[in-house]
Amino acid sequence: MKESKKTIIVTGNHAAAHALRQAKVGVISAYPITPQSPVVEKISDFINEGKMKARFLMVESEHSAAAACCAASATGSRVGTATSSHGLMLMYEMLPWASGTRLPIIINLATRSCGAPWSVWDDHSDFIAARDVGWIQFMCEDNQEIYDTNLQAFKIAEDPRVYVPAIVAYDGYILSHTMMPIEVEMQEDIDAFLPPLTHHLNLSDITQIKGVGPVTTPDIVKRTEGTAPGYYEFRYSLQKALENSIAIIKEVHDEFVDKFGRSYGNGLFKTILTEDTDTIIFAMGSVSSQARNAIKKLRDIGIKIGLVSLRLFRPFPVNQLRDYFKDKKNIIVFDRDIGYGYEGVLCYELKAALYGLKNAPFIKGYIVGLGGRDIKDEHFIEGVQKALKQSEQGEIVHETEFLGLKLEELEL
Amino acid sequence: MNLVKVMDVQEEEYIYPGTRMCAGCAMALIYRFALKALGPKTILTVPASCLTVLHGMQGFCTTKVSVLHTPFATTGASASGIVASLEEKGLNNEICVVAFAGDGGTVDIGIQALSGAAERGTDFIYACYDNEAYMNTGVQRSGATPQGAHTTTTPGGKMKPKKNMLKIMEAHGIAYVATANGSYPIDIYEKFKKARTMIGTKYIHILSPCPPGWGYDPKETIKIGRLAVETGFWPLYEIINGKFNLSRESKKYLDPSKRKPIIDYLGAQKRFKGISDEDIEDYKTYINNLWDEIKKRIDH
Ligand SMILES: Cc1ncc(C[n+]2csc(CCOP(=O)(O)OP(=O)(O)O)c2C)c(N)n1
Ligand code: SF4
Ligand SMILES: [Mg+2]
Repeated sequence: MKESKKTIIVTGNHAAAHALRQAKVGVISAYPITPQSPVVEKISDFINEGKMKARFLMVESEHSAAAACCAASATGSRVGTATSSHGLMLMYEMLPWASGTRLPIIINLATRSCGAPWSVWDDHSDFIAARDVGWIQFMCEDNQEIYDTNLQAFKIAEDPRVYVPAIVAYDGYILSHTMMPIEVEMQEDIDAFLPPLTHHLNLSDITQIKGVGPVTTPDIVKRTEGTAPGYYEFRYSLQKALENSIAIIKEVHDEFVDKFGRSYGNGLFKTILTEDTDTIIFAMGSVSSQARNAIKKLRDIGIKIGLVSLRLFRPFPVNQLRDYFKDKKNIIVFDRDIGYGYEGVLCYELKAALYGLKNAPFIKGYIVGLGGRDIKDEHFIEGVQKALKQSEQGEIVHETEFLGLKLEELEL
Repeated sequence: MNLVKVMDVQEEEYIYPGTRMCAGCAMALIYRFALKALGPKTILTVPASCLTVLHGMQGFCTTKVSVLHTPFATTGASASGIVASLEEKGLNNEICVVAFAGDGGTVDIGIQALSGAAERGTDFIYACYDNEAYMNTGVQRSGATPQGAHTTTTPGGKMKPKKNMLKIMEAHGIAYVATANGSYPIDIYEKFKKARTMIGTKYIHILSPCPPGWGYDPKETIKIGRLAVETGFWPLYEIINGKFNLSRESKKYLDPSKRKPIIDYLGAQKRFKGISDEDIEDYKTYINNLWDEIKKRIDH
């Protein structure tokens, strides 16, 4: 049946499922967890209704789901899955395995806090925990972006200049369970944008005998049959692939804009009301969505402020951010996550990225919304006002501040 | 009965010479005969173990079929992923997926992934070579370490008997369950050949004597493996879709008087040094019960 371009009203989870269907994923291996489960349920429906040909492996844990995804990818299939929080934690061992083997797998992550105590509600702790395992990491702001980013992510991850897996994240409940209209493209247009996978690994081709993922040594190995890289060279090439992927991420984003007319800033970050000001809020995902509203209120009370919403968290777009922020004066970062024992992760990532800039901007970070605590306009207003005062007084405070805490209402 | 003879075994070797296995390693022999039986249309997946070492270094594949290395706990899942991908490509009837793991990777850390794969009826062969401890990391106990055996983490001898993995796998209701032993390579060859033709999950558990781990001279490997069978401790059998077949090398031990005393087996290995009389009695009871059950299953 020929599908035409249409607008449908779906949750973020279903937007992801539609993208996986249209990306013609060959193998999906997954395990249910709140708030991601509707992705795999929807995919089960698609397969049941014959709308999707993928092999669907409903395994007995996320650790196995990730392992099966790796194996299916190494056997030459296009592979995607979805998870949240504890699911991603359980997959953790397989994350550097996938990137080290350069398997272009896509994980949809409906973000959720990590226990204990139990919380099914949203924050970015799971997303942040996957920071140092060599994956590309996107954070989306709405359901259309979830759909669009999935399609882009496959093309980026499968690019022979990249071959790196990617996480496409979106806020649990806030997006995963909220209905929004999205445009769903015609299958033939998607096929033209995203051709079938050409993989550097394909174990199903038994004429090419390979040992995939064996032991490496600290040094390179020289033998009469050839020279094999050491672990160090492998990991260097992963780092280079990630660095170089920024250009490809922009390239794919530009092509997507050309073909489908929807853009996400420069593909790396989005700027909102930033033209006339040197004071900026820096955030991602649901925090950005809320900040879009808050900057208008801040402007109403006379604080000229804009928003930079980060889309690409890994590789961190250091040069592009340095270039963008070099003339800015104040940056206030709102993190829905925390590097425990230090501060919000976006905040210290940005500080590090801007290190050594001449007239580097003042940067102040806040923690907001852990475990699904509401993030309100007044939190942004409070945080920005306080930060601007400190900036004026040239005061640099390293204490990590939580906005929206209700300690005073507790009888401690 | 279609008996395989030595002359029927494929001449082609699937493991290149010069692997890093210890002298007298039964696993290397087991692998050699298993791969001969499986042939070239095979994809292997292997977790962390001595077998990882056999497969050698990056850039040089030691076997003539491809191998996907996979983290310790994931063997059953890794095989499931390969099978799913082959199914997607319509190649699953042509190419056989074979997981090969140690006892630790099977009865301990990998049991969940294996159980899941078996429950799903995944069409693959899972082979466990059982050297009864974590050898690759320096002879620590596993769930498959037998009672009384010394390992580096059971310096006083293991208190509990070996986990009965064969019962666990049989309880999954899978297509094929078999035992084997490194000292009977023709039997191994036959069982892998048979499993290769069957659809569904096939589980083969192979006792794999290990000179440094068990404490005996490398030249004694075949003898030690045989003693496990001759004492009745390790009967060779297969269960095909629930039907029990005692393998020919074990048939005569149905008669208790044909069995060698268990002490012949235990006494030949340093890991059982100083084993208590109670432990030895437990072994005798275990063997008698095991064979009573076998006899019942054959009579039915
Ligand atoms: C998650 C994890 N934990 C621990 C290890 C360390 N480790 C590697 S091999 C091994 C033991 C393997 O034992 P077994 O499966 O019996 O195989 P053998 O070495 O005896 O052949 C262990 C504990 C690991 N690789 N991964
Ligand atoms: S330790 Fe044992 S199992 Fe491992 S290679 Fe040596 S003999 Fe074989
Ligand atoms: Mg072992």
